Amino acid sequence: MGLPNASGDLSTEVEVDAFRRLFPLRFYEKHLLESIRPDARPLGRARETTIALGAVASANGSALAKIGSTTMLAAIKMEVMTPSLETPDEGCIGLLPLAACFPLSLSLLKTSGMINLKELSLVSGKAAWMAYLDIYCLDADGALFDTALLSAVAAFSHLEIPVVSLNDDGKIVLSEEQGLSDREPVNKEKRKINLSSVPFSLTCVLHKKYILADPTAEEESIMDTIVTVVLDSSSQLVSLHKPGGTVLAYTSAIQDCIALTRQRVKELQKILEEAISGMEVD
Amino acid sequence: MEVDREDGRSQNQLRPLACSRNILHRAHGSASWSQGDTKVLAAVYGPKAGTKKNENPEKACIEVFWKPKTGQIGDFLISILIVLAFEVWYAGNFQNILHWCLGKPEKEYEMILKRTLESICILTVNPNTTTSIIVQVVNDDGAVSFMHFPCYCCTVSFLCSLVIVCSPPTRTVLIVCRYVMHLLDDIVLLPSAINAACMALVDAGIPMKHLAVAICCCVAKSGYVILDPTKLEEQKMKAFAYLVFPNSVHSVLPEGSLRVEGEPIENGIITSVTHGIMSVDDYFYCLERGRAASVKLSDFLRRKLQQQSTDSSKAG
Repeated sequence: MGLPNASGDLSTEVEVDAFRRLFPLRFYEKHLLESIRPDARPLGRARETTIALGAVASANGSALAKIGSTTMLAAIKMEVMTPSLETPDEGCIGLLPLAACFPLSLSLLKTSGMINLKELSLVSGKAAWMAYLDIYCLDADGALFDTALLSAVAAFSHLEIPVVSLNDDGKIVLSEEQGLSDREPVNKEKRKINLSSVPFSLTCVLHKKYILADPTAEEESIMDTIVTVVLDSSSQLVSLHKPGGTVLAYTSAIQDCIALTRQRVKELQKILEEAISGMEVD
Repeated sequence: MEVDREDGRSQNQLRPLACSRNILHRAHGSASWSQGDTKVLAAVYGPKAGTKKNENPEKACIEVFWKPKTGQIGDFLISILIVLAFEVWYAGNFQNILHWCLGKPEKEYEMILKRTLESICILTVNPNTTTSIIVQVVNDDGAVSFMHFPCYCCTVSFLCSLVIVCSPPTRTVLIVCRYVMHLLDDIVLLPSAINAACMALVDAGIPMKHLAVAICCCVAKSGYVILDPTKLEEQKMKAFAYLVFPNSVHSVLPEGSLRVEGEPIENGIITSVTHGIMSVDDYFYCLERGRAASVKLSDFLRRKLQQQSTDSSKAG
């Protein structure tokens, strides 16, 4: 093994992979000095994102979202339930356990006003839809919350509310495809729900004075200060989540994160619209 | 714009603060912190040898346990589940159970506290050790301050008996239960807990870079921002943010050398958690207000810590 060179580091003597494992932070800092990351992305760029709608045929709405290698599958199943007394003409969204256990909870889907719960109502005071959202992580490589939120939003945009009718006992049942002539359907046809102010998010990692957008799992484990900004399509701040971390965030850093998120929202909106229009052509 | 708050405070005024150190004699460090009626007790045990399974052994590890006011998280849930079991048996409404079991805030509080405290402690001083911090909520603000454990037990058993006696089990009973459950979550708990945990860490002598000072800012529907809301004020708000700043620095060095990117060190945020929708400008306004308040809180902390350390040196 050669002697360390004048600057004191072993970079010229040690193989690249070994250096990456032994001194991960220094490996990254060498790249950050050149404003680039080991996977050749500039600091502010997110990884390649794809959305596939309708991945689960048996669910009422589903979507598979991939950001880089991180893959999340979201599926929505609709059931009829009686609405609560306080809100007799609103439906409900239920988040099954995995969806509820993200550090930044996906319950912001409910508070963000993306879905008007009155659209989920069937018969005021008697029946309303309950949409159960379930999310599965198929591959985890950093930015889990971003991918989960994107897949949930895409699943809601793919959701079709099934046709139901009232049977003789006054209970709601699913209509068969042919439609029985003696039963009047409660809702005429399968319809999609309107989504307004859709939330999109971007996770950034802060390290000294650098801001890295969309970190991989390796970057998240080395640099511990993570900031997640969720903006909706009308540029309102739904959430700014920074749980601790060694680096303090000053106003300029926060403004940069929010600016990066604004760009990302435009990119994601385009990707989502392309996916939806792709489905409609079929 | 002058805003009238119910208890007569101005927009940026905090509730009366009180704190004390070294209350629990068996804990290595302890502190209590109260803001108005909200009171939180924090105890620190450690450093103890060994780290948890998935933690890095080259650094010290911090674990946080949050004990809500009713003692055990399970208690309340079990009693509510009994009520719901009758609802299920009678009406077959399985869906309602899920409403209750999801989204407990304790886990989120524990995670945020852990990450915040990890960033202020110097973790490399005692590697391969675990420091445990236990936060006990002594009192919640608002209408539920009379509800200590025996009283709450009676209420819940009364509600259960209502369910058994009444037929059909009325949905109003469940709505009351749900209302009670929400009342028990005061939103100023997390900032008080962070402040108390910080004082307790100082009391235990854990080495830290600086203290953490936490504040809660609310944005009202009409756009004004108030600090340190009570439970009643919180219901009229559209969004709120918890902000944690480092404490203000008193230094002999000239002020210019302490600035980072043109801002004083105490302007940086350690932690920020928001709930609800607000505009980006509202958020920056909250940050400004929060910083101004954190200066006052830091002065209060500094005075309290200096006072108590001179008292104990007199005794010794």
